[in-house]
Amino acid sequence: MPMVNIAGKEVEVDEEGYLVDLSQWNEDIAKYMAVEEKVDLTDSHWEVVNFLREYYAEYQIAPAVRVLTKAIGKKLGPEKGNNKYLYELFPYGPAKQACKIAGLPKPTGCI
Amino acid sequence: MSDMDEMDDGSGIVKKFMFLNRKAPHGTVYALEGLEVVLITAAFDQDVSMVFTDDGVFQLMKGIDSKGIEVKDFSKTYRALEGYDIEKLYVDQASLDARGLTEDDLIVDVTVLSVPEMANLMAEQDVVISF
Repeated sequence: MPMVNIAGKEVEVDEEGYLVDLSQWNEDIAKYMAVEEKVDLTDSHWEVVNFLREYYAEYQIAPAVRVLTKAIGKKLGPEKGNNKYLYELFPYGPAKQACKIAGLPKPTGCI
Repeated sequence: MSDMDEMDDGSGIVKKFMFLNRKAPHGTVYALEGLEVVLITAAFDQDVSMVFTDDGVFQLMKGIDSKGIEVKDFSKTYRALEGYDIEKLYVDQASLDARGLTEDDLIVDVTVLSVPEMANLMAEQDVVISF
């Protein structure tokens, strides 16, 4: 699988650019992935990215977008737990893009 | 695509799907693949139930540590099922008994069924898929 050099470190990514080894993740990698995805990382983006990392730590999967939306609504409030808010942050799919930035695999059920 | 659950063709047909899990969590890929299929099926708004029987009951056991065999421990993922609106989890009583397990040994809340109850539940399904 392809290797990319991120901030002086060689990391392995899959053919779609997702990080292979989750434990290598750091903020530099997140920033690199964000540039790849053409996302300007703001605090609001980080909030979702960090949420996803916590979700993964708890359940060992990257959630489907519907599940992510619902779970964010529960944790961060309904003004954030909706498609409009999340798609504004991650126009090409919140689950897909935010997972990549968070260093998670592509969500299960994302075909 | 991540937004596939946005698409609704309006057919509105809901079938009863049962996923039957009969194998130990590790050693074969059945348990993990079965779980992934269930998570994918959840996006299609079907009536999904999961059954754990035979060595399949080990899939739900608390305190699994798979480090020694260098595979991912996905047992925590069963706890995510609720968020996917998959809440019908059934376990075969005889399989628990035969392995010295009780409901308290399991990582999620389940309904424990006797063999005749399980047979009735299976008879009600439109589709039964075995892993």
